[in-house]
Formats: sequence, C-alpha cells, structure tokens
Amino acid sequence: MDSNEMNTPGYEIPPEMQGQVAITSLDKIYNWGRSASVWPMMFGLACCAIEMICAAASRYDIARFGMEVMRPSPRQSDLMIISGTVTKKMIPVIVRLYNQMPEPKYVLAMGACASGGGPFKEGYNVVSGVDKFVPVDVYVPGCPPTPQALLNGLMKIQEKIRGESIKNSRWYQKGADMAEIPVPMLGPDLIDPRKITIIHNIKKA
Amino acid sequence: MTSPSPAPGLRSSQNETTDLATHFPGMISPDIRTGYSGWMVDKNNLVVFASELHDQLGYDYLSSVTAVDYLPEEKMEVVYHVYKTTGGPGITFKVQVPRADEVEIPSLVQIYPGAELQEREAWDLFGIKFTDHPDLRRILMWEGFAGHPMRKDWHEAYFEEEGKPLKSRWPEGHAVMAESKNIYGDNITYPEGFNPESQTFDPEKALYDALKLYSKDDIGLGTDHIIVNMGPQHPSTHGVFRIAVMLDGEKIVNLKPVMGYLHRNHEKIGERNTFIMNMPYTDRLDYLSSMSNNFGYALAVEKLMNIKPTERAEYLRVTMAEMTRISSHLMAIGALLNDLGAYFTPMLYALEERELILDIFEAVAGSRMMCNYFRFGGVARDLPEGTFQKIKNLFFERLPRKIDEIDRFLSENEIIRSRGIGQGILTAEDAIRYSAAGPLLRASGIPYDVRRAEPYSIYDRFEFDVAVRQNGDIYDRLMVRFEEIRQSIRIVQQAIKQIPDGPVTTMKPMYQVRVPPGESYGRVEGPKGELGFYLISNGKPNPWRYHVRAPSFINLTAFGPMCVGQKVADVVAVLGSIDIVLGEVDR
Amino acid sequence: MNDMYGKGIIKGLGVSLKRFFETYLDDLTWLGKRYRTDEGIAHRASKNARGIFTVQYPEEKIPVPEEFRFLPFLVYDESTNDEIILRCTSCGICAKVCPPQCIWIIRSSDPATGRPIPDPAEFYIDTDICMNCGLCAEFCPFDAIKMDHDYELASFRRNVYNKGRLSKPAKYYQGIRPINAGHEDAARATKAAARMGQSE
Repeated sequence: MDSNEMNTPGYEIPPEMQGQVAITSLDKIYNWGRSASVWPMMFGLACCAIEMICAAASRYDIARFGMEVMRPSPRQSDLMIISGTVTKKMIPVIVRLYNQMPEPKYVLAMGACASGGGPFKEGYNVVSGVDKFVPVDVYVPGCPPTPQALLNGLMKIQEKIRGESIKNSRWYQKGADMAEIPVPMLGPDLIDPRKITIIHNIKKA
Repeated sequence: MTSPSPAPGLRSSQNETTDLATHFPGMISPDIRTGYSGWMVDKNNLVVFASELHDQLGYDYLSSVTAVDYLPEEKMEVVYHVYKTTGGPGITFKVQVPRADEVEIPSLVQIYPGAELQEREAWDLFGIKFTDHPDLRRILMWEGFAGHPMRKDWHEAYFEEEGKPLKSRWPEGHAVMAESKNIYGDNITYPEGFNPESQTFDPEKALYDALKLYSKDDIGLGTDHIIVNMGPQHPSTHGVFRIAVMLDGEKIVNLKPVMGYLHRNHEKIGERNTFIMNMPYTDRLDYLSSMSNNFGYALAVEKLMNIKPTERAEYLRVTMAEMTRISSHLMAIGALLNDLGAYFTPMLYALEERELILDIFEAVAGSRMMCNYFRFGGVARDLPEGTFQKIKNLFFERLPRKIDEIDRFLSENEIIRSRGIGQGILTAEDAIRYSAAGPLLRASGIPYDVRRAEPYSIYDRFEFDVAVRQNGDIYDRLMVRFEEIRQSIRIVQQAIKQIPDGPVTTMKPMYQVRVPPGESYGRVEGPKGELGFYLISNGKPNPWRYHVRAPSFINLTAFGPMCVGQKVADVVAVLGSIDIVLGEVDR
Repeated sequence: MNDMYGKGIIKGLGVSLKRFFETYLDDLTWLGKRYRTDEGIAHRASKNARGIFTVQYPEEKIPVPEEFRFLPFLVYDESTNDEIILRCTSCGICAKVCPPQCIWIIRSSDPATGRPIPDPAEFYIDTDICMNCGLCAEFCPFDAIKMDHDYELASFRRNVYNKGRLSKPAKYYQGIRPINAGHEDAARATKAAARMGQSE
C-alpha cells in the first residue's frame, strides 16, 4: 500500500518520522483484537445476573461478540460486569477483585442498582452505586435491562475500546500504573480508607 | 385429615380452640387484639408448651419464627407458626416481653432445629437474645455492626420520613441526590465517639471459632483441619453466597453457610412503603419466580381486607403461577447440571423453553422477570390479543414434547446417576426437623404440598398429583422437579379449558388502599418451597410489620448436616440440588 | 449394569446431533430467507422453532410487545401552531405512588396571584433509581406519563432525566402502543362530547 494511503489525514509526517504512520494503523489492529474478544468476569450478584446468563444463552448469543469465555478468575478477564445490587458486606470483595484484574480493565455497571443504588438506595446495607469505589466505564439503566439492552451496553464498551490509542494508554507509560484502590473495612458501618481524615474532621466538629 | 373450606387467616377451627385451652390450663391465653388470632404464651412456659405441642399433639413442622417491635406499647414479641405434616391449618403462638436493650427469650432449637437460622436473624435485626441457642451470631449483617436495624427507633442514614409518600417529592420537588443530604456524602452513619483509625475488630473471628467447636481428633495421627472458604465469588454458588468448610483431607468435618451479601433491607423498606408499593418489591425476592411472590403477597393483603378476586382473575393467577413454577424449575435443572460439570449444554436446552415462557410474561405483564402483575382483588390487566392462542400452543403441543426430550437426554446419563444416587442424603425425619420445604421435603418422602395441605385460591378444583420420591438424594431432587413440571403442565391444561370470561378485578384502581388493622399470614407453594408473608397492619397506609418466610433461607438449615462426611466436590452438587436463590435467602 | 456402559451418554449425544441436522435442513427449506427477515424472526420465537434459536442482535431485533415497559416518558399534544402542550397537570399522583420515590415534580404557580397552575415547572426522574414497575403510568388520571419501549440507553454517565429529555409527542405514543392509545383517545373523546353536551 502507498504510504500516503496509510497516513491518517491531518498528520504532517516529516520524512524522518515515517515510523509514526505505523503506530496509527497499529492502533486499529490492536484495538480490533482487544474489542473483538473481551472476556467478562462471571460476576453475577442478583437479578441482573439472570439476564446476563440469558444473554449468554442461545437466544441472544454473546459468543457472536467473542465474549462467551466467562472466566470466574479475575486474573484472566478484561471486563467486570457488575450485575445486581452492591451491598456494604460485599463491596470489600468487589474492590479486592477489581485490584486483582490485570490492565487493561473495564467495568460495566448493569442495571439501576449498580449504577446508583437502584430501588434499594434507601437501605442501610446498600452502597449507592458502585462508582463510589470503582471507576465505571458504561452504565446500562433498567431494572433489569433486557438482554438486548445489555448487548447494546457491551457494544458501547467495544466502541470505547476502539477509540483508545496506544500513545495514551496508561499501562504502557513508565511508572503510571493505576494505584490499587484501598479495600474498605467493615466496622460499625462501612469505612472507606480514603475518607478517614474527612470522617475524623467531621467527628471532631 | 378433613379440612372444610379453609378458614381465613390463622383462626383454628372451633374444636382446636377449645382443645388447646383445656389442654394447657393456665399456661396460655387467646390473643384478643382486633384482627389478631392465635395464643399468647408466657416466657417461662414456652419450652414446656412447645414440647407438648410437638410430642403430644403432633405439630411437628415449625414453619416460621419472627419478631415484631411494638414501640408504642413498649413490648417486643416473637411469633411462631407451627403445622402438622399431615396437613390442615396450623397454630400461631406468641411470646411477649417488655422492650429493653437486651431482651431474653428461651430458644426452641432443641425441639425444632429448623428455628436455628431464624432465631439468629431475630437476634441480628431485633436484638432478642435466645438463651441456649447453640451458635448465636449475626447472620445478615456483619459482626461489629452498630445497632439492631429493624427496631422502630433505629433510623437508616438516608432517613426522611416514617412512611412514604415523601413530602419532598411534590409539590416542591427539587431533585436532590440523597447523598448530598448526608454529612458524609454517602449512605453511612457512625456512632458517637467512633475513631476510624483505631479500627481493630476482626469480623471473621466469630465464624472460625464457631467452626472449630466441632472438630474432633480421634485418629491418633497428628493431623490438622483446614478451613476453606468457598465464595462469595465462585462460579457455582448461585449468587453471592459463602460457605466456610472445615476439611480433613477431602472429607468435610463441619460446614457453615455465611449469607447477607445481598441483604437489601426488603423488610425495612417494606415498612416504609404503602401496600401497593410493596408489590414490585416482592418481584425481587425470588427473582426467578416473580408471579409466585406476587401471589403470596396478594393473598396476605386480601385476607386482611376480606375481599375475593373475580373468577377470571383466579384462573389467570393459577395459570401464571404454574408457568412461573415451570420456568423456575427449568432454571434449577440447568443450574444443577452446570454444577455437576456439564458445562452449559443442558442449561441452553432448558433456557430455550424458558425464553418462550418469558415471551408470554412480557406480552401479558410488561416485563420478562419483574412482572408486577397481581393487584388486590384480581390482576392488573387482561390478556392481550393472540396471547391465549400462544399459551395453548405452548402447553398442548410444544412443552410436553420438549420436557420428555430433556428428560431422555439426562435421566439415564451414567455420570448423573453415579454422582447423584446416594449422595447428599436427607432422611425424612431430618427433613421435618430442619423445616425443609418444597422439592427438598418431597424428595425425602414427605408428601407435604401447601396446594393440597391448606388449599388457597382455586387449587381444589384441579386434578394433579404431588410428586414424591423416597431416597432423598441429589438424583431424586432432580427427578422430583421433572415430575412437578409435568404436573404443572397438567394444571395449566385444565385451567385453560375452564377459564371463564369476565372482569379481571373487583376493585376500581386505587393507589391508596384502606387496610383494616389486624395480622395475616398468607402462604403459597412457591417453586422453592412454602413462601409465606406475615403482615401486621394498624389501619395506616403503611404496614407495621412485613416479614417474608423465605423457603431458600430455611432450607439452608439442612445444608450443614447433609454435607458432613461427604467430599468437597459434592458440596457444590448438594447446593445445586437444594436450589437457593439469593434474593430470597438474604431478602 | 447389564446394558452397555455409556448408552445413556450416547443417547444424549444423539439429541444434540438431531438438532445440528435440523438447523441446516431448515436453512435449505427456507431458501436463505431465514435470517434478517421478520417472518424468520417470528418463526424462531414461535412454538415451531427448531434447530437454531438465536436472534442476532443488532441486525435482527425481536419486536417488543405492546405492554413492554422500560423507562417512563411524558406525552405532549401538539397544537395548531406547533406549541408543545404537556398533558401533565402536576397533580403529583405518580410521585406519590412511585415505590422508590424517584419522581420529583415542581408545580408551577401563576406569577401574578401565586395560585398553582396545572403545569409542571420541572419534572425529574432519576433513572438510576427507577425500577420500571409502571405504577406511575397505571395510576395517572390524565394519560400524561406512559412507559417507553426504548431500551438502547447505555451511556458513559449517570442519568437524571429532566422535563425536556422526558417529553415525547403523542404520535410516538400512538406508534408504540396503538391499542391502548386507541382506547384512551376514544374515552377522552366521549368525555369531551359529554361535557359539550352538558354545557349547551
């Protein structure tokens, strides 16, 4: 192929930097490989998990997207689909699992409960949305979202992956690994270690 | 055992009333509050009364133990419902004690071992201490949690008003996220004098100490027992459920289930809701069989309101309840085979049939799983065009053939037979003692089915058999579920032939229903077992107490004893055959 | 075991093989029109479905039935000069009956007299709390709030919908729920005719 056709339009490539062109199309192949075989972690909490299983069953086949390999181990998965209500007793486990996932990792909050507490938001044992502890990439509303809605959400994750670039990716920069999220503790109520100074100040006042 | 037209609520028939009063002179007195029924027992006579009831009068099945907080009268009450396994209406008795910080009541675990998990729940949520309980720890919340949440004076972090509807939503409803009204910006409160940096409490210590109580070293060699945690994130635990096992090599010495990872405060939210608002929340209890949950709740409220649904609505209710039983059993069969190692193929076959049933639910009720279809006095709406023909096609032509195909596929498979026959045995006496219900009870040889023992709705008009098998192992529980699917198909075929035309609800749609004061216990035979709703109303738009008798939760009492002596690999298969749904276990 | 050991396993494999053959036989009989056509999708969702059962989203979408409920939306009528008239009168019944209380309504008042007008100044629904139960649509006396069919709503942010995002025209409502809309329009027409008859 002519090197002019491989150039992304808008780039001024001086002759000694022809290597730059290779990076741009490498992005496409790299992202194509990653987005066509996302391996979700089998992490069903509540009712939304049943719709996730139905999405993996024969009618709304998730294997057509390359995602049928649902790994129970976090060390072998790319995407954590948090399907169901996140309770205070369960959130230390979720944060620990998120820390164990290797980069690049994505989180999809499925359903109203994982996005923002859902109908159980006023409960004393419910965390109002998993994004209080773990960074979420895509939110899928619904209670529960139908399998077709979940597939729409997964297509949005694929869209996001395709829009990323190797030049900006965090896991290839030197020394910029994402710090581990500190695991919350269970005391008289849930304690987030990142907020200990704030709690201290409020209690003093 | 004759039972004439079933008496509403818990009023025992006239003979039982006089018999009990003469049988226990001076020990008990009838409950005379308006709308209530049953017997009040004094705390000191409780154990004697219960053991007499169990041994002499034959009430051997303890169905439910729950607590109520009567704050205005400064009393706490524990309510017991007992039944006979030969069928018929049951007896309710209550113990009332003055309300204090530490309330003490004698435990009934020696007489009815099925009360073990339920008494732990009453300790956790209400602060009632049961003396002589073998292992009184918190069950749904974690050790170290401050307070007993279900007490009436304990307010959660996002508390606004005692009962909905909330005034902040209309007419001046500025959309404010609930987090911004809390000083910590989140759903959290801490007690006075709490220092977050001096947090040294270990919630796991109590669990491991309880496990070690049963270890015995009688071999002579210097062996040690290992404690292994399975879950809460495990591909085979059917949801977030944790099992702590103590192992001697590969054999299990002791096993303790740990739950509460999905505790969504259903009962506390239920007390804040109005009666009609609770209907969509009941869908989310046993989320695989939402129509059955709606059915139980509608029965309980209709008993309080003293209304009956229309004829057409009764037939629609039975049809929907049986269809949901089939869909839940299909999922259970698929999940059990998944646990046995047949990675996903039988699940795909079972889910295909379930999808066709869910299509009908979507056309009738609006949603595949959270149906919200039943209302007080009937159902929400009638069947749309073409749905009746679809149900006919499914039940007369497709389902019987397909169930036979799945049966042929599975029941003669050598692997299933060798892993299922003789493993995880629950004897008949143990099943009754541990208050097991549903297919777990019937696979052990006890033919107790609420649809026959105390018929509700119009089940006495249909011809169907109760599926029973004798051995009580994993294979039998699988076969009982197949047989129940066939009987449900039979019921639906009769219902479709007999369904009359007419209105589907007796009442005009009202969003605030008037419920007279009283208590009621409405129970149905759900796919997992006996599902009961205990409701207390004091005339206000919100219930005073709302308790769910969850079959999966109580079936887990038998889980530990069933697995002791088996190998670790069988624990997963036994759990799959009990068929738990976490939404119900944790509520 | 008197029979050959393994007979049960072979029977099970036979069932799977039968399904494999049925799929390709049916492909031949349908002459290639089995996928991406409405009749093909309907056949795979009916009682005669055999062989392959998959409906390939996003190219093939199973049509949702009329009663399907996802998030709610507000219905507006269009007047002759393209003005948007919301049917909502901010009576507040939907906010009072919503089980998780996710509807916030600000009733507008006449700036001159301060008395309330039947029109909402603002109308918020927090979709991260909504449980899709449909009670708001069931108890609205003015046919103003109805349940939508659109489920392709995944987004990169959390969502609190306001009045503008929630309003959709009555034509859209008649398109997704023709039978219900037909009943309601007929009821409103007879009520209006009765009122005209009375006022004469």
